[in-house]
Amino acid sequence: MKSGLIVSKIRNGTVIDHIPAGRALAVLKVLGIKGIEGYRIALVMNAESSKMGKKDILKIEDREIEEKEAELITLIAPDATINIIKDYEVVGKRKQEIPQEVVGLLRCTNPSCITNNDVEAVTRFRTIKRKPLQLACEYCETRLTEDEVVRQILG
Amino acid sequence: MRDVISILDFSKSEVLELFELTDEVLSGKFKPRLEGKIVATAFFEPSTRTALSFTSAALSAGAKVLGFSSDEATSVSKGENLADTIRMLENYADCIVMRHKLDGSAKFAAEIAKKPVINAGDGKREHPTQALIDMYTVRKLFGTMEGLTFGFLGDLRYARTVNSMLRILTMFRPRMVYLISPPQLRARAEILEELNYPVKELTDVRDIIGELDVLYVTRIQRERFLDEDEYEKVKESYRLEYRTVEKMKRDSAILHPLPRVSEIDRRIDSMPQAKYFLEASYAVPLRSALLHEVMAGD
Ligand SMILES: [Zn+2]
Repeated sequence: MKSGLIVSKIRNGTVIDHIPAGRALAVLKVLGIKGIEGYRIALVMNAESSKMGKKDILKIEDREIEEKEAELITLIAPDATINIIKDYEVVGKRKQEIPQEVVGLLRCTNPSCITNNDVEAVTRFRTIKRKPLQLACEYCETRLTEDEVVRQILG
Repeated sequence: MRDVISILDFSKSEVLELFELTDEVLSGKFKPRLEGKIVATAFFEPSTRTALSFTSAALSAGAKVLGFSSDEATSVSKGENLADTIRMLENYADCIVMRHKLDGSAKFAAEIAKKPVINAGDGKREHPTQALIDMYTVRKLFGTMEGLTFGFLGDLRYARTVNSMLRILTMFRPRMVYLISPPQLRARAEILEELNYPVKELTDVRDIIGELDVLYVTRIQRERFLDEDEYEKVKESYRLEYRTVEKMKRDSAILHPLPRVSEIDRRIDSMPQAKYFLEASYAVPLRSALLHEVMAGD
């Protein structure tokens, strides 16, 4: 990271590094963090990265990312590293695994799908391909491509 | 007690058992016994034929039947609550047979209902009991379901019976399956990707007509086309002609889920290959065997 943009270490919380450049806001969205929750958050976008050219970094204080949340982050940031911090030390790493199922987060692109037409229906997608990512609606079998998933999460 | 949502809910041995049970229903050796049971036929999308077929199947097994077949129930698709309707129905019945215009509606209903749900057609997705009737007919005619050559003609994109048929065929290793349709009505990628047998897509049935054991014809619907002229053109070129059927093997079979409109020349009805009325005659015995399996089987 270039000098001048150094963000201080956090004591407790989560550091998410190696997010593809420009997707840090989408990661926050996946986590349901809007900013009004009061967590102290450092967000660095388009930082230099030897591995990725450019990358985003997120530091969220006092918020531990759960395994399930880490899986969802994988959808839009497959190479991200997610470190859990306690007393300034990394005490845990979340595994980067594409979830087998994504419930509620995404919308089916088929207008005739039951999930787009019944107030009680909740979307559920099954992962059928990991690279490039492809999901299938559990109800109507419509496929979602990686582009569509990113587009929806970026909103 | 089980749901019947997709044909893939069945294993091959379950399909074969159901067919054997249907044989016994037809021969009178077995009588489905559903006395004291109530079957609900919930046809959110109207279909007199399928609703009557299930009704007859249930009545012949001694069950009572209630239900509706109405367009009104789905005329307001936004804000409609299928879940509530299903909850109401399961208070009245032991099994819900449903048809709905929305894709995935049957699966959703089955998740809501504790009682078994039978999918009698959900949107453009599946119609598993029709595929069972179709394959049962093939077995009756050929004595086997393995190693045959099939052709599917017409609308392969929106025809749910074709989806269920293509899927049930993964159990029976067909020699070849020809998919004959206009380019805009080709079978869906998500169905084709999972097939485990050779498939060829083409646009003219006459190219392979002599090779077929089974020709499965579907209706091309006007509402799939924006342009009336385009529809007329396609409809004419996907109409099965007398001259074409003359080139079919004598012991081959033409199937159609019915109702047909103009896609099969009526003169074909009296040709030896025309088996769609025979096919239709198996609907009630098969569905009564299935209702028995669903409600009284183990
Ligand atoms: Zn869907």
